[in-house]
Amino acid sequence: MRRHVLPGFGISLGYALTYLGLIVLLPLAALAWKASGIGVAGLLHLLSSPRTLAALRLSFGGALLAAAVNAVIGLLVAWVLVRYRFPGRRLFDALVDLPFALPTAVAGIALTTLYAPNGWLGGWLATWSIKVAYAPLGVLLAMVFVGFPFVVRTLQPVLESLDRDVEDAAESLGARRWQTFVRVILPMLAPTLLTGFALALARAVGEYGSVIFIAGNIPMRSEIAPLLIVQKLEQFDYAGAAALGVVMLLFSFVLLVVVALLQRWSVRWTESGR
Amino acid sequence: MNLELSHLSRRFTDFAALKDVSLTVAPGEFIALLGPSGSGKTTLLRILAGLDYPDSGSVLRDGEDFLAIHTRERRVGLVFQHYALFRHLTVTENIAFGLRVRPWRSRPARAEVRERVERLLKRVQLEGLGGRYPAQLSGGQCQRVALARALAVEPDLLLLDEPFGALDAQVRVTLRRWLRELHEELKLTTLFVTHDQEEALELADRIVVMNNGRIEQVGSPEIIYQQPATPFVCEFIGKANRLTLRRDGNHFSAAEWTLPGDPWGGRHAQAVAYVRPEHLSLAVPASQPVPASQPAWTARLRHIYLAGSVAHLELHVAAFDQTLEADVASEDLARLDLQPGSLLRVAPRSAVVFPLDDHSGDAVAGDRWAWHDSERKEPGRLRSCR
Repeated sequence: MRRHVLPGFGISLGYALTYLGLIVLLPLAALAWKASGIGVAGLLHLLSSPRTLAALRLSFGGALLAAAVNAVIGLLVAWVLVRYRFPGRRLFDALVDLPFALPTAVAGIALTTLYAPNGWLGGWLATWSIKVAYAPLGVLLAMVFVGFPFVVRTLQPVLESLDRDVEDAAESLGARRWQTFVRVILPMLAPTLLTGFALALARAVGEYGSVIFIAGNIPMRSEIAPLLIVQKLEQFDYAGAAALGVVMLLFSFVLLVVVALLQRWSVRWTESGR
Repeated sequence: MNLELSHLSRRFTDFAALKDVSLTVAPGEFIALLGPSGSGKTTLLRILAGLDYPDSGSVLRDGEDFLAIHTRERRVGLVFQHYALFRHLTVTENIAFGLRVRPWRSRPARAEVRERVERLLKRVQLEGLGGRYPAQLSGGQCQRVALARALAVEPDLLLLDEPFGALDAQVRVTLRRWLRELHEELKLTTLFVTHDQEEALELADRIVVMNNGRIEQVGSPEIIYQQPATPFVCEFIGKANRLTLRRDGNHFSAAEWTLPGDPWGGRHAQAVAYVRPEHLSLAVPASQPVPASQPAWTARLRHIYLAGSVAHLELHVAAFDQTLEADVASEDLARLDLQPGSLLRVAPRSAVVFPLDDHSGDAVAGDRWAWHDSERKEPGRLRSCR
C-alpha cells in the first residue's frame, strides 16, 4: 500500500462522501422520486406547454447571457482592481462583494425602484422607449447583478499571479497590445474565466428573489422557471413542481459539464492537462 | 550595431536606480552588467529593451535616437530569468510567436515560419521537442526555448536578464559555455545582467561593474580581476582581505609589514589595502628565523576549509587582531603540514591600495596604487606556497 504524508485518507474520503450524499445527493434523489409521480405523459404535457418552454428559455437564455456579460465586465473590473493603484481602490474592491451580502429581495426592490418607469433611470430610459423593469431586460439585469462578484473574485488572484515578464516578452517580440491581450493574456486567463462564468451561470439560473421583483412576471414574456415552480407549489401540484425542478437540474448539469469540458481543453498546456 | 549610452539617469519614487551612466557598446560585443541587487543593472537593461525610460540622458544606435523607437520596432531579443515563455503555447508556437504577430504584409509565409522554427530548434539543440508545452520541459530547455524565441525575430541586440539565475549549478555552467559558443558563431551584440561574478568573468568580453546606480569600472575580465579600480570592485569581485595602513614617515605599514614608499607625498595619514587570498605568502614554521629585513606577520591558523582543489585558510593575526583569508592549493596543505592552531608567517605579495581621506575617512578611488612585491628593493622574499 502506498504511504501518504498525511494520514487519514480513508476517513476523510468517507466523511466527504457522506456529507456530499446527505447535503446534495439525498435531496436531489428525493426530488427525482417526487417528480416521478407525474409519469411520462405528465412530463410530456408539462414540457409541451408553451408557458413552461418560454419560462425555461428565459431562465437559461438569460442566465447564459448574464454570465457572458459578467465574464466581460468582471474581467474588466478585476483587471482595473489588480493592475492599477488609485484612490478609493480598496473601497471599490469591497463594493464588489455587495451583491453577495445583500438579501436578494432587497436587491430586487432596489433595482425595481431604480428602473421602474417612474424611477430615476427607468424614467430616463423610457424616453428612449427602453423598458427594463417588468420586461426580460430586467430579468437579465438582476441576473447580472447577483452573478457579478463571482467572475471578479475568481479572476483576481490569478491576475495577481500573472507573470508580467510574459507581457514584456510579447511586446519586445513585436506584438501589439491587443495581440498581447488576445494571444497571451486571455488564453492564460481562460480556465479561470470559465470557472467564474460557470459560477455566475449557476447563480443566475437559480436566482429567484431579486428577479421576481423586477421581472413583472408576465406569462410568456418575463416569467422565469423558478417562479413557475413556486406557482405549482402554491396550487399543491408537488409532482409538477418537482418535475420542472428536475428538468432545470438536468439542463444545468449539461451546461456545467459543457463548461467543464471547455475548461479542460483550455488547460491542455499544463502538466496535468495531458 | 554601435550603441552609445550617455548620462542616463532614472529615479524611482524612493531611490535613484541609475545615476549618470555612460557606456559605449561596440558591434558584436558580449558585455556583462555585473552588480549586487539594486545596483541598477536590470533598470539599464529594461531601458535598452524599451520597457522603461530614463529621466534624462540619451541612447544612440548608430547615431539615431534609440529611445524614440518603440519596443516593438527596436529589434531587441529579450531573455528573462524565469524564461517568461507562453505556457499555453507549444515550443514551436512560442518560437514562431514573434513572426506570427507581424502585420500580414511583412509576415513570412507559413512554410517559411515552419522552416525557420526548425532551424532554430536545431540551433538550440531541441529538435523533436517542438510539440511540447513549456511545463513539460526542464529549466535549461525552457531557457533555450526562450533564447530561440528571441532569436527568431532576428534581433540586432540580445538582452539577457539573469539568464542562468534560476538554473542549478551544473546546467548553468553547461548553458553558459554553450551561449558563449553561440555568440562566437552569431556575433550578435549581447548584454547580459548577472550578479554572479564567475559567470561574468567567464563569459564576457567586457564587464561593467555597477553599484548604487553608478558604473564602478568597465573593462575586460582580466583587468577587472587584477586591477580593480575602486574599493567596491575589490570587495565585490573575488575575495579580498581589507587591511588598514598607517603612514609612518614616508611609508605605510600595518604592524610589522610595511609598504615601501608613499605615492601620495604625505597627503594622507591612512590608507586601505586589498589583498586577494591567493596573494598571501605563507611560511612555516613561524619559529624559523626570519631576517629582520623581511616584513611579515605572525598568524595562527584557525580553520581550514577544504573546497576541492583549493583550501581556504583562516588566519588570525594578533598584531592587529584581524582574521585574514589565504588560499593554498590542496596538495600543498599536506606538504606544509598545516594544522589548525599552528603558527606561521604571512605577508602579501601584491595589494591594491587606496588612500583614506583625512576628513571623511572614505577611500579615494581615484588615487589607486597597485603594489606588487617586485617593487620591493631587498630580495628577502617569503617562500611562496603556490
